[in-house]
Amino acid sequence: MKYVSEFRDKTFIAPLVDELRRTIDRPLRVMEVCGTHTMAIFRHGLRAILPEGLNLISGPGCPVCVTSAAHIDGFIEVAGRQGVRAAIFGDLFRVPGTHGSLARAQSAGAHVEVVYSPTDALALARNHPEEIVVFLSVGFETTIPLVAATILEAQRQEVDNFAVFSAHKIMPPALAALLGDPELRLDGLLCPGHVSTIIGAAAYEPLAAGHGLSCVVAGFEPVDILQALIMVARQAREGRFEVENAYGRAVTWEGNPRARKLMDQVFEPVDCQWRGLGIIPGSGMAIRPEFARFDAEKRFGIRLADTPEPKGCMCGEILKGRKTPADCPLFAGRCTPLDPVGPCMVSSEGTCAAHYRFGQTG
Amino acid sequence: MKPAETILLDHGSGGRASQELIKNIFLAQLDNPVLACLEDSALVETGAGRLAFTTDSYVVDPIFFPGGDIGELAINGTINDLAMRGAKPLCLSLGLILEEGFPLADLQRVIASVRTACNRADVPVVTGDTKVVPRGKGDKIFINTSGIGLVDPGLDISSRNAGPGDMIILSGSMGDHGITILTQRAGISLQGNLRSDTLALHRLVQKMLAAAPGAVHTLRDPTRGGVATSLNEIAAAAQVAVELDENQLPIKPEVGAACEILGMDPLYLANEGKCLALVAAEHADRLLALMRSLPEGADAAIIGRVTKGPAGRVRLNTAAGGSRIVQSLTGEPLPRIC
Repeated sequence: MKYVSEFRDKTFIAPLVDELRRTIDRPLRVMEVCGTHTMAIFRHGLRAILPEGLNLISGPGCPVCVTSAAHIDGFIEVAGRQGVRAAIFGDLFRVPGTHGSLARAQSAGAHVEVVYSPTDALALARNHPEEIVVFLSVGFETTIPLVAATILEAQRQEVDNFAVFSAHKIMPPALAALLGDPELRLDGLLCPGHVSTIIGAAAYEPLAAGHGLSCVVAGFEPVDILQALIMVARQAREGRFEVENAYGRAVTWEGNPRARKLMDQVFEPVDCQWRGLGIIPGSGMAIRPEFARFDAEKRFGIRLADTPEPKGCMCGEILKGRKTPADCPLFAGRCTPLDPVGPCMVSSEGTCAAHYRFGQTG
Repeated sequence: MKPAETILLDHGSGGRASQELIKNIFLAQLDNPVLACLEDSALVETGAGRLAFTTDSYVVDPIFFPGGDIGELAINGTINDLAMRGAKPLCLSLGLILEEGFPLADLQRVIASVRTACNRADVPVVTGDTKVVPRGKGDKIFINTSGIGLVDPGLDISSRNAGPGDMIILSGSMGDHGITILTQRAGISLQGNLRSDTLALHRLVQKMLAAAPGAVHTLRDPTRGGVATSLNEIAAAAQVAVELDENQLPIKPEVGAACEILGMDPLYLANEGKCLALVAAEHADRLLALMRSLPEGADAAIIGRVTKGPAGRVRLNTAAGGSRIVQSLTGEPLPRIC
């Protein structure tokens, strides 16, 4: 594939690996924040060729994984209501709540449809005026502006049988909370490329300055990832703690102000529970009161319950980068992608799912 | 979560949930040595020779798609299941379950492609059945076909026969059918020419068997679950390991692009006109050349090899120069969210 295969080609990658090896002068702990990075690293088998001394830690950047069981329970409750058609992104289908998943709910009669965009959900609502179509929405800054635009469009077209159940989250507060943990001892962050298209590389400046951390925005192809790792290693070697952008073909310093404006027009920050990480102040994005008619939580009177983490599950520690899947007694036994216990196993971008699917081979 | 108490879509994916269903319910109650082989078709001794026997149901939605339709699929798919044991297909049955309200014109169209596929393959439908269910109790049309074939004396094609040193040939590009159906279902239109690859492979197989007697050890058509799942099943059955080279995997550019957009891995997508052939290394190049000279195998490629162990492991050497494990499909392939 033109403009893709080049970024995955051994002939370009091998010299980058060599350069990375030469640059690293002490053991480095680097967190790849984004689930898509985790998957790309596994999918392309990069762990097998990365130099020793580089310890990659998978972070909390998979939106499905960090969706709380309380939100999943709420989703299932709405999906089961009479006259409701729930629209979801496919990854949400098997995510376990306290007692079940949307897949189980569908098997028991709920109407759940996989869509590829929130605008598809709005189209479903227009085509099925006899039902209420509820978009069960998880996602970070990459997804939220699109959902905001869809709500504005629903308002403009006066589509009254459309609603959104927002479990949206934003990245900077979660990263700040995570980096407050002294046990993490990170040298650098691979900052999420997709999220950064919206929030811009500048968004990481407080983290770099405040935590003595090199923050490099990275793309998702092997060449991108290696380039970013080299930049982290150079900063470590030279004792710099800066924000750098290794994904200039997609990410700018200031991001996408128009998308942020859309997001802020429709949503407002709220405290939000992250699976495994607990409640993080100002890390959720709820629908503003002036758009309440499109807010499924209000429309259906849903109250999110306090839900405990599943017993024995280490996803919280894994999302914080303190443990690896192999440390978890449930991994690959009681907890598999088909019957996941914790969130990191369920999404195709979850750390445990990546370890399970792709393993680690030399 | 507790084990499911109802059937989930995952149970029909051809991946792990399907395997568990087969083990825990079907084999648990119906076990016999022929069924337990779990190959694409069963081989039954008759005294007068060996019969291959297979059955398959087709529920694809949409029923008409670029490159084919449910009728053609039902004929080619069952012929291929026979061919994967080296059998020469003799005849087929055709069972239809129709939903009240299904347009007769659509039925005509489906049966016309059944006829075309049968004529092309030179395998007749010799018996049939039709049931109609009330509106809403089915979905347009479901088709079951069974097939009988003859297996030459002494011929033994089986997943268990894959051995260390065998080369793995894939008869053409991966994922064409799966991605075509997924994009149709999602209403996603992409530039390029995504088409199902539905095709009967029995002639290709017979020519391979004739060209190098004894050299073809295993044949599988990687339908649901894709190449990844088929190779995992072979590796488990034969107690061998498999090594694949990502650079050698034949993937059409448009299929690769659609997979990037939808977050799918072509290794897990269904094929309906491709086979995996595990063959003795010394005959691999000749068989590959033969396959490439035939329309069914024009894009055939050697994608990997069988190694000693660890038993059941499938490993991919990536284009980037790394390596990773390739597991069986765990559930219905679903698009990613970001």
